[in-house]
Amino acid sequence: MAIFIDKETRIVVQGFTGKIGSFHAQDMINYGSKVVGGITPGKGGQIHLGLPVFNTVKEAVQQTGAEASIIFVPPAFAADSIMEAADAGVKYCVAITDGIPTQDMMTVKNFLRRFPKEERMILTGPNCAGTISPGRAMLGIMPGHIYMQGNVGIVGRSGTLGYEAADQMKRLGIGISSSVGIGGDPINGSSHRDVLEKFEQDPETKVVLMIGEIGGPQEVEAGLYAKEYMTKPVVAYIAGLTAPEGRRMGHAGAIISSADEGAAEKVAMLKELGVIICPTPAAMGATVAEVLARI
Amino acid sequence: MDIHEYQAKDILSGYGVKIAEGGLAYSPEDAVQRAREIGGHLWVVKAQIHSGARGKAGGIKICKTHDEVEAAAGFLLGKRLVTHQTGPAGKVCSRLYIEAGTDIAKELYFCFLVDRSSERIVMVGSAQGGMEIEELAVSSPDSVIKIYIEPAVGLQDYQAREMAFALGLDAEILSHAVKTIKGCYRALRALDASMLEINPLVVTRSGELIALDAKMGFDDNALFRQPKISELRDKTQEDPREMAAADRGLSYVGLDGDIGCMINGAGLAMATMDMIKLAGGEPANFLDVGGGASAERTEKAFRLVLADKGVKAMLVNIFAGINRCDWIAEGVVQAVRKIDMKVPLIVRLSGTNVEEGQRIIAESGLPIITAETLAEAAEKAVQARNEALAKEAVQEI
Repeated sequence: MAIFIDKETRIVVQGFTGKIGSFHAQDMINYGSKVVGGITPGKGGQIHLGLPVFNTVKEAVQQTGAEASIIFVPPAFAADSIMEAADAGVKYCVAITDGIPTQDMMTVKNFLRRFPKEERMILTGPNCAGTISPGRAMLGIMPGHIYMQGNVGIVGRSGTLGYEAADQMKRLGIGISSSVGIGGDPINGSSHRDVLEKFEQDPETKVVLMIGEIGGPQEVEAGLYAKEYMTKPVVAYIAGLTAPEGRRMGHAGAIISSADEGAAEKVAMLKELGVIICPTPAAMGATVAEVLARI
Repeated sequence: MDIHEYQAKDILSGYGVKIAEGGLAYSPEDAVQRAREIGGHLWVVKAQIHSGARGKAGGIKICKTHDEVEAAAGFLLGKRLVTHQTGPAGKVCSRLYIEAGTDIAKELYFCFLVDRSSERIVMVGSAQGGMEIEELAVSSPDSVIKIYIEPAVGLQDYQAREMAFALGLDAEILSHAVKTIKGCYRALRALDASMLEINPLVVTRSGELIALDAKMGFDDNALFRQPKISELRDKTQEDPREMAAADRGLSYVGLDGDIGCMINGAGLAMATMDMIKLAGGEPANFLDVGGGASAERTEKAFRLVLADKGVKAMLVNIFAGINRCDWIAEGVVQAVRKIDMKVPLIVRLSGTNVEEGQRIIAESGLPIITAETLAEAAEKAVQARNEALAKEAVQEI
């Protein structure tokens, strides 16, 4: 089953005709994702990469039956594009854009909450590599070939560290049900906890690997959820052991602003909650392998 | 991005927040001139550095005569102040704010900040001002009041009143307190600030509500639409290497270790640094070269890492997604040839076109140490660093 996307998910690309949008749309099509069109305001009616271009997401949804969208719109306009997708009835949206102002994301989250939960669009990102359900569909910018299909779910903030995890697992013959990037921003569409909830419900997923980092409360919140509600084991790695307090480590959200937001502190709390900790980032694959062997 | 106290006060006074009379000085003569203009018999000479807790670091001097103002200014200008927020390197004071002395009856703590947990703006206050909020949260958590603001409707009057009463303000200054609180909120929203702190907010003996200190931090992602805020940037308060990196589109944070790093992606960078530490070393820096690591960018990144003379070995760890390992390898080979590296270099490539990348490095004939896995890369880097140090020790003998 995988989560969020599968072979049949109909996808539209927002920011379709731009250089980055075009490049990754083609890459997703090559992977086998069911891309059915794209949106670039003012270019409606044109054909791009052999697919229809629409002026609005609403039109695109009406005419193609799109359920998912991916956003390659520049930071200044990205929040608007996310809200447009939600209003048009898109069910799942990945925002790739890096650099969206925090207050814009606050507005987006507030806007999404206005929809009743069952009709509310799920957003992952921004500032992420996207989501992949290996062998079925890719809604993102990751190198698809490093992921093998299987039954480990991955949720993480970082793109390349997620690739590293997938690569370690592939070397050990371990496959992935879905890998979801939630992005490095302080306010993001879905939290670690939100994605754990989806993996818990997914029959294909047996174990979840959570790749967290310094800053913010999300990893510990996810740990509390796992302890309380999950039947599946959760393995975690928290990056940023060497990060000094108060310094931003690349990601807008990767900053220790209070004593409990450091990597060692998060690891200690997660351990207490029964989450299995990877001793080093080089042991993500091996730790998952051990857990898989036990169940 | 942070700004100075005097800049934050200038902004806030435009939003109806009362501040004491004051002026900026770049020299002791300036400082005396400002004191004359302000008048009275009590002045405060305040070092302008991007940090809180300046008082404890000796950055705030209370003066009763013009001579004292001159002496305090002479003492503070050019001085390196160290607080718990600046780190051990401290920050150099090159501007002073001269302010009229205030007759304080009561000190309060007040701030607005973007709260990650609730994804809302939270207003925080305490009737016990003057202390850092972190200290307050530990010493008297019950005194800290938090009020969350619904972003769609914004701060309501009743919330501002609730805060004012919780701060123990008298009914006579209630309307002024509401105006002050709402002004701060409008400034935060209009200017894309991520935090706004007034510590202390004071009630004077004559019953006025004054922002005695002011600190504002802004969302870097929003600076594109805040040109006036961008102009307030004071580059002397930022690490020159980090500034240079930012100008080149690289994300760099200098640290105390001696193994230089160049990695793509913030998460992988942090993980690689963790791995170095776990292997017994210490990273000299965080450096994310991002997605499009071209040869030119790679060379710039190398120069940046090696500009730190404390670096004894350098580790490159690239996981190529959109990128290709062969392009990265060519960039690395070019950079090494151009720069004339003096320290051992360890390269680990992974992902798209990895075999081609490894071949380019092997055939370059350069003394580059290669590694297959993250663990191997970190171990080899620490080993190379230890050997380099041992060699240095022998040379000294």
